[in-house]
Amino acid sequence: MKGLAFSKRNDLEVLRDPLNLFFGVGFPIVLLLLLTAIQANIPVAMFEIEHLAPGIVVFGLSFMTLFSATLIAKDRGSSFLQRLYTTPLTAGDFILGYLLPILPICIAQSAICYGAAVLLGLEVTVHIVTSILFTLPVALLFVSLGLLCGSIFTDKQVGGICGALLTNLTAWLSGIWFDLGLVGGAFQKIANLLPFVHAVEMERAVLRGDYAGVFPHIWWVVGYAAAVTAIAVFAFLRQMKRQ
Amino acid sequence: MDAIKTIELTKKYKDVTAVDGLNLTVRQGELLSLLGVNGAGKTTTIKMLTGLTRPTTGDAFLNGKSILTGSAAVKAMIAVSPQETAVAPNLTVRENLELMAGVHGLPKPEAKDKAAELSDRFGLGTIANKRAGKLSGGWQRRLSIAMALISDPQILFLDEPTLGLDVLARSDLWDMIRALKGNMTVILTTHYMEEAEALSDRVAIMKSGRLLLTGTPAEIKAQAGTDKFDEAFVRIVKEGQP
Repeated sequence: MKGLAFSKRNDLEVLRDPLNLFFGVGFPIVLLLLLTAIQANIPVAMFEIEHLAPGIVVFGLSFMTLFSATLIAKDRGSSFLQRLYTTPLTAGDFILGYLLPILPICIAQSAICYGAAVLLGLEVTVHIVTSILFTLPVALLFVSLGLLCGSIFTDKQVGGICGALLTNLTAWLSGIWFDLGLVGGAFQKIANLLPFVHAVEMERAVLRGDYAGVFPHIWWVVGYAAAVTAIAVFAFLRQMKRQ
Repeated sequence: MDAIKTIELTKKYKDVTAVDGLNLTVRQGELLSLLGVNGAGKTTTIKMLTGLTRPTTGDAFLNGKSILTGSAAVKAMIAVSPQETAVAPNLTVRENLELMAGVHGLPKPEAKDKAAELSDRFGLGTIANKRAGKLSGGWQRRLSIAMALISDPQILFLDEPTLGLDVLARSDLWDMIRALKGNMTVILTTHYMEEAEALSDRVAIMKSGRLLLTGTPAEIKAQAGTDKFDEAFVRIVKEGQP
């Protein structure tokens, strides 16, 4: 009950920020439209809707780190968290209250992106629903990164690190816009050691109904999500103690 | 039973002793102002009493519950209105009040009733559906105090409640704080001497982490040999041996 009140508040704070709505929903859809238009004029296999849509979904989720981190960093900076620390809320209530409410927003964002992709020609299959469900570990990864960054950085730093750096890392190292094999070398090796390309490949496999193709990508995503969540919880508890 | 009793309460940060063996008693229903120049130890004292930081040594009892062993019980009986206006900016005034009721475990219908009651009491009714982030500083302070009161706390901590407010907004808040006297124990920190004099039943003056003196504003003026409270404060702090 106590934790629920806090979760609801976090949901409202994220959803009521017009910038969040623009970057969370508007921007990925604009990218989808733009790249589909390019594909219509100059056909590129990379931008075929069934190939492009999963990438845009993962890229869209990267903004959740920014939203989540900004919320936490602002709460810390404004003494709002300090006020709540003097209430009967427990450490678990805080952590779950910051993590869980963002996950349904992630699912809704993915559903909207796939919905837009359907309007642009993506075939309607049951795999769209499973693809949306498979975004959960990806969503957890990005939301936990938000908890981690929000616990360490100020809201201004969060803007630079999560808004610029992380979204760019996700964009460049995920194989959404170009085949990483074309660059090859160290770039491809680094990309393969990070979770972003695996998240995109996992989504692509699920969307085409190739569930065997989910492996080994899902292990990378789940492994990173679990590790980042653990580190984020530690960082949050540490800053809570410092307060 | 005393509302607050601290016993040799001490907080050390590496080489710095922020609060040094504080022995302070606050009676139930009393409004006590904690005064001191910057670095006197007021904020650290409040942080220890509200469970935000653990004392290095010593203990404090709030209505008989130890801050060391009864932290949950202490949190259930206190409320804090922090120095910075700590409101959720994208939530409306009503939602902010309901949020605080919710985190204190009040069921939804009760939370709504309490929010409505406090909106009326603090004149927030006409702006109940306005987002808190859009309010002026004065209204945000008013909301901040209302949020602190929603759980019917036995002990209320007000940290610089009128900082940065204009004369009228400050006067309004003084009236609200006066109305709380007797119903609950209030600990107020402020840098405004006229505020402390106007509102306090008793005043405690700290310097360099130690308690110099407690007394009513009249007693403090008498002790300092002046009829001006701000002058008395300056004399006591300047002459006081930490």
